[in-house]
Amino acid sequence: MVDIKTYDNDQIPAWCPGCGNFSILKSLKQALAELDIPPDRVLMVSGIGQAAKAPHYFRCNLFNGLHGRDISVAVGAKIANHNLIVIAESGDGNTYGEGGNHFIHNIRRNVNIKVFVHNNQIYGLTKGQASPTSDLGMKTKVQIDGVLSPPFNPIAVAIALNASFVARSFSGEPEHLVAMMKSAITHKGFALLDILQPCVTFNRINTFKWYKDRVYKLDDSYDPTDRISAFEKALEWGDRIPIGVIYVNNRPTYEEQLSQLKDSPLFKIPITGIDYSDILKEFR
Amino acid sequence: MKTKNLIALEGNQAIALAMKQINPDVVAAYPITPQTEIVQVFSEYVANGEVHTEFVTVESEHSALSACIGASAAGARTMTATSSQGLALMWEMLYIASGARLPIVMTVVNRALSSPINIHCDHSDAMGARDSGWVQLWSETAQEAYDNLIQAIRIAESVNLPVMVNMDGFITSHAEEVIEPLDDEEVKHFVGEYRPLRSLLDIEHPFTVGPLALQDSYFEFKRSQAEAYKRVIPVLKRVADEFSKITGRKYDLFETYNLDDAEIGLVVLNSTAGTAKEVIDVLRGEGKKVGLLKPRLFRPLPVEELREALSKLKVIGVMDRADTFGGFGGPLFTDIRSILYDVPNRPIVTDYIYGLGGRDVTTEQIFKVFENLENIYNTGKVESLVSYVGVRE
Ligand SMILES: Cc1ncc(C[n+]2csc(CCOP(=O)(O)OP(=O)(O)O)c2C)c(N)n1
Ligand code: SF4
Ligand SMILES: [Mg+2]
Repeated sequence: MVDIKTYDNDQIPAWCPGCGNFSILKSLKQALAELDIPPDRVLMVSGIGQAAKAPHYFRCNLFNGLHGRDISVAVGAKIANHNLIVIAESGDGNTYGEGGNHFIHNIRRNVNIKVFVHNNQIYGLTKGQASPTSDLGMKTKVQIDGVLSPPFNPIAVAIALNASFVARSFSGEPEHLVAMMKSAITHKGFALLDILQPCVTFNRINTFKWYKDRVYKLDDSYDPTDRISAFEKALEWGDRIPIGVIYVNNRPTYEEQLSQLKDSPLFKIPITGIDYSDILKEFR
Repeated sequence: MKTKNLIALEGNQAIALAMKQINPDVVAAYPITPQTEIVQVFSEYVANGEVHTEFVTVESEHSALSACIGASAAGARTMTATSSQGLALMWEMLYIASGARLPIVMTVVNRALSSPINIHCDHSDAMGARDSGWVQLWSETAQEAYDNLIQAIRIAESVNLPVMVNMDGFITSHAEEVIEPLDDEEVKHFVGEYRPLRSLLDIEHPFTVGPLALQDSYFEFKRSQAEAYKRVIPVLKRVADEFSKITGRKYDLFETYNLDDAEIGLVVLNSTAGTAKEVIDVLRGEGKKVGLLKPRLFRPLPVEELREALSKLKVIGVMDRADTFGGFGGPLFTDIRSILYDVPNRPIVTDYIYGLGGRDVTTEQIFKVFENLENIYNTGKVESLVSYVGVRE
């Protein structure tokens, strides 16, 4: 039996007291425990940022790379060993800004990885500059006169690219968050989970209360397979912010379409016993 | 003589101040530790209307330098700043800037490269860009970084090449130092107005940047680019002369310290030179003939001048704050050693790789290096041409 402690290690999170990241950390451990997934089956990949520190606080396989590049690493690992549950976990700046290109093209590719984004609408680690999801007009130490560009809408972009699974949750709703994480992990295909995460130190606008006053849960009457209503939900941002599974599209994964991966993961296919003498002849 | 205007500033603040006084047309940048404060302080100047700069915040360093390239090609005086992975991400654009002969000036706050991730000082970032065609100036202190940045504008715009000004991450960028800045007016006058040779926005004289050049012409472009670096040395000297007239501070291709009669010399870049000077003072007190050479201009490499300055030494220790994995010692070492190849009675040159990832550089380490060099001097025997100091093995 896997329980939440299975995933604990001896590292002490280097986050500010009250940071929204703590509940995300705990919720993911909870979700993995409830799904009874042992740590050796999990690979967490992260980029750079406050959110990207999260995998350091898990006892499982970990790859910590570069700011913005985690999704690409996750894709490589998943293709080499599709038995692994691969979770890319980073921040909004990392995933939607510096890594935006990888975000777009891997949604199209539909590799069965999970992308969990701690969306605090700010660059936390570099001390409070605007991120791609910062609201228009937000003032920071660099954007002194306010952010000039309208925010990146990850949910709408993902739906536009026909993402396989798109959900949003809030770190102040741990039960909901655990449920969303479980759905994302068990979904077959690329899964984006955008998690609203208050940064108590640098984002004084989008606070716990700000989110709490606005988020509402999508109920059973909502059909996430309907792309048009998913778009409508994606565009809702302001007084009311929907959380839940917003869009599901069960299309074939990248791995399923590769004949090489049908029988076993790449890393298990022996490279001995293959007759390549014909190929070698060409180079003689 | 006017009274000195001394203020206490951190290295990053000194750089931001220099940028304010230079008042560039365009700055495009992306935050990264330990450079972030430069961008932050500069954006305050922008918000307060103290500069007329178009300040562009972007989503990555690749975009930052790309925006700078566009701006510079359009005739704007353009600046940026970065560190470590930021510079690494700019890599492909570095070559566009130099190949297109765009005089962009960038501060690099030196920081180690991943992996593993580290935010502290070493020189692997700038050394990774060594061959990219950017002129490289190095700075021991915040004062030097400030002075270098102002002079860099003049150098870049005189030779149409991009210039990178290096200073040590945290050690120089975050330490408070008393510096003597120029007056705003003095800087304005010193850098003058930028008059690009040509610009994309000059509709009377349209021109193209970076078109296809294959086997029949690419080589000629690169050959003429190689020629351009020869002009850097005389230009740098002229600019330094002018600078010293207004500030009294003298700059050259490199600085020497107790080198004239020295038999054992140390060559080291940036802040460690300061620590080395203290060690040299002590050793000189003991009657030892030791000295220092601190390169200021590393690219282009002032080959003749370095040879002249170093050839009379018996033993030279080079300290490299970067490795060339799988190569023959650090990047400074291979250059210094090869410069001296043709010298009769050439000195013995050894390398000490130190301080990677911000490892503290102590006077003890430098005493050890001198001890080792003295052994070589006495015995003529070199145990190891390349060694690592201050590391657990
Ligand atoms: C190539 C590169 N550029 C810049 C940085 C500096 N940097 C580190 S984290 C970060 C932004 C963090 O924002 P986000 O991804 O939203 O994560 P958060 O800290 O808010 O969780 C930046 C700009 C870097 N590490 N690498
Ligand atoms: S800076 Fe913000 S995101 Fe980072 S730990 Fe503190 S509260 Fe959390
Ligand atoms: Mg963030």
